[in-house]
Amino acid sequence: MDNILEVKNVVKQYGDYTALNSVSLTVPKGSIYGLLGPNGAGKTSLIRIINQITMPDSGEIILDGEVLQPKHIQSIGYMPEERGLYKNMKVGEQCLYLAQLKGLTKQEAKKELDYWFERLEIQGWWNKKINELSKGMAQKIQFVVTVLHKPKLLILDEPFSGFDPVNANLIKDEIIELNKQGTSVIFSTHRMESVEEMCDHIALIHKSNKLIEGKLNDVKKQFRTNSYEVGILSNNIEGLMYDLSQKFTLSQTDFKSLNDELKLEVQLGTSTPNELLNTLIQRGQVTHFVEKIPSVNDIFIKTVTE
Amino acid sequence: MSKLVLIIKREFVAKVRNKSFIVMTFLSPLLFVGIGVFVGYLSTMKADLKTIAIHDESGMFANEFKNDEEYKYVNLTSVPLQTLKDSIISESYEGLLVIPKSEDNKALQKNIQYISNDSPGVMFIEDLEDIIAQKLTTANYQKANLDTLAIKNAKADVSINLEKASGEQALKGLNEIKIGIGGMFGYLIMMFIIIYGNMVMRSVIEEKTSRIIEIIISSVKPFQLMMGKIIGTSLAGILQFLIWALLGMTAMFVMSSIFGVHMGATAGVQDQVVHAAQTETAGTIQLYIKELWNLPIATILISFIIYFIGGYFLYSSFYASIGAAVDNETDSQQFLLPIIMPLILGVYIGFFTVMNDPHGTIATVFSMIPLTSPIVMMMRIPFGVPWWQIAISMTLLFGTFHGVVWFAAKIYRVGILMYGKKPTWKELYKWLKY
Repeated sequence: MDNILEVKNVVKQYGDYTALNSVSLTVPKGSIYGLLGPNGAGKTSLIRIINQITMPDSGEIILDGEVLQPKHIQSIGYMPEERGLYKNMKVGEQCLYLAQLKGLTKQEAKKELDYWFERLEIQGWWNKKINELSKGMAQKIQFVVTVLHKPKLLILDEPFSGFDPVNANLIKDEIIELNKQGTSVIFSTHRMESVEEMCDHIALIHKSNKLIEGKLNDVKKQFRTNSYEVGILSNNIEGLMYDLSQKFTLSQTDFKSLNDELKLEVQLGTSTPNELLNTLIQRGQVTHFVEKIPSVNDIFIKTVTE
Repeated sequence: MSKLVLIIKREFVAKVRNKSFIVMTFLSPLLFVGIGVFVGYLSTMKADLKTIAIHDESGMFANEFKNDEEYKYVNLTSVPLQTLKDSIISESYEGLLVIPKSEDNKALQKNIQYISNDSPGVMFIEDLEDIIAQKLTTANYQKANLDTLAIKNAKADVSINLEKASGEQALKGLNEIKIGIGGMFGYLIMMFIIIYGNMVMRSVIEEKTSRIIEIIISSVKPFQLMMGKIIGTSLAGILQFLIWALLGMTAMFVMSSIFGVHMGATAGVQDQVVHAAQTETAGTIQLYIKELWNLPIATILISFIIYFIGGYFLYSSFYASIGAAVDNETDSQQFLLPIIMPLILGVYIGFFTVMNDPHGTIATVFSMIPLTSPIVMMMRIPFGVPWWQIAISMTLLFGTFHGVVWFAAKIYRVGILMYGKKPTWKELYKWLKY
């Protein structure tokens, strides 16, 4: 099987409210998969179904080639958006307890904990209670608890919220490291820059329906507008503008640059990039020529507001 | 290790390690004993001596009133009535008993007055009435030329001997002892349900507010978590009771070894005085002890454990689902009342109905209804309940328990993931259908 997770036509209703309307997803093995959607889109409902916290009304979930069943709890590591630990329980005991609930023996859990505590340099926390730790520190524990049992699939709901930039980076590196070792990761987040940076696949859920899914690049191609950002130093701006407006649609744009050039966004329409470049070269010095690739943020907003 | 066992262990350890548990376990027996000693001390304290003025114009009664620790009687018939009345207002005397002179005893008995600032105790007035009535009766006898001694000798003092159909002798006052024993166990069950049910509820709310719930139920089934919580908490409770029982037994042992010696010494002095009376009462005491041993002790203890488990599980699953439905403890009040009502009803029925008619319809019916049966049946058992009734009652209890757990688990499952809503009964009903 090439897919770690397949969600097939999953429907979930709460009373009269439909939280998931026949949603299907395919998460390839070894991918970092961004699950996007505005608040209330149905992401959490879907994640809860994958975690067997709730049951779908209909539809099917296939995990690593098998229909989802209770034993798969061990294969999934889940970090919910609302983080939580027992406030009055010592860190070590708590981690052992949660790991044992995931099916590890006490010895295995102890071994894994030693590894992670050393790796994250938190060995001294074993006997501390959670309410003695700062929020960021508690988040680290939360992360350890999530990955302790070496899950095949990590599901992280807003993983970076609550972390300072240093720790967020640390956790990001750990996630990427785990991914390299073969762990598939599902990200549910609003932070588009981390999606852009880390995800190779994305899906967008809106109003209980899946609207977009695929490789990040494929999705971007699908949303490409065929427009270019252009920077040019020219003595005859009026002439240049005249030439361009004959063939292309123009608009003002801005990007970072050291030159005091004319900055334009050019919509190619049916023309090729070379035709645009030819026109430009005749009128001045080209300093910037880049295809305007839609950001995940653009795609998100465009899809959701449509 | 099975996950349920893990959860039970964690809940148990979390409860037992809690400071309030430790304090409660060792402090409450002390408090209990302390209150007992305090009440005992209060009752040995002498009340203020009250002086009662007597204005007896008939001259018949003045010497009939005997002083005791609480009341002192002064014969002030020679002092004018008005002066006495004034002295009552100025509080020289607690009260004034005015008995007018009258040839006609019938008229006299209607015209006796007691004057005071504060309303007198009911018992005190009854005592006064008794004394006067007795004296008047004797006077009436004499007036009618009746032989008072003959009348006195003719008076019969009846005390019915109770006997069971099986031929054993039965004792009066045993009902009180029986209801005392049954009541104690019934009351224990109620207290335990309320205290530990609340604990279960608080523990659920804690998991909900600390948001760990979602992590836990991605590893175990909500039902397992709920049952683990209920069982773990009950074990902590059983431990607490065992410690109390142990402490109680130690205290009894220490007390009896101290007082045993003490009592032996005083008994020696009193021996000769009460010897004759003692041999008589000793027989009765032996009968009481024998009767106590004849109580179905094994049945009481076994049914206590079974009813205790059944009742506690039944109620604590209610508590668990309430904990799941609310976001904080203050919101839980509206749901708690209907739970506590049947418990209180059970205790009331136990003390009022079972005592008068242990095998009557009301007592029997409520000892079958699962919500009240643990308490009411426990109170009935010392009176001897046919085993088939106990069997039916227990079957109903555990059957209902299964049904309730099913409902509770449904509400629990939905509730633990619901935040920010103050649920209504209607809402809870809707959750059952999710």
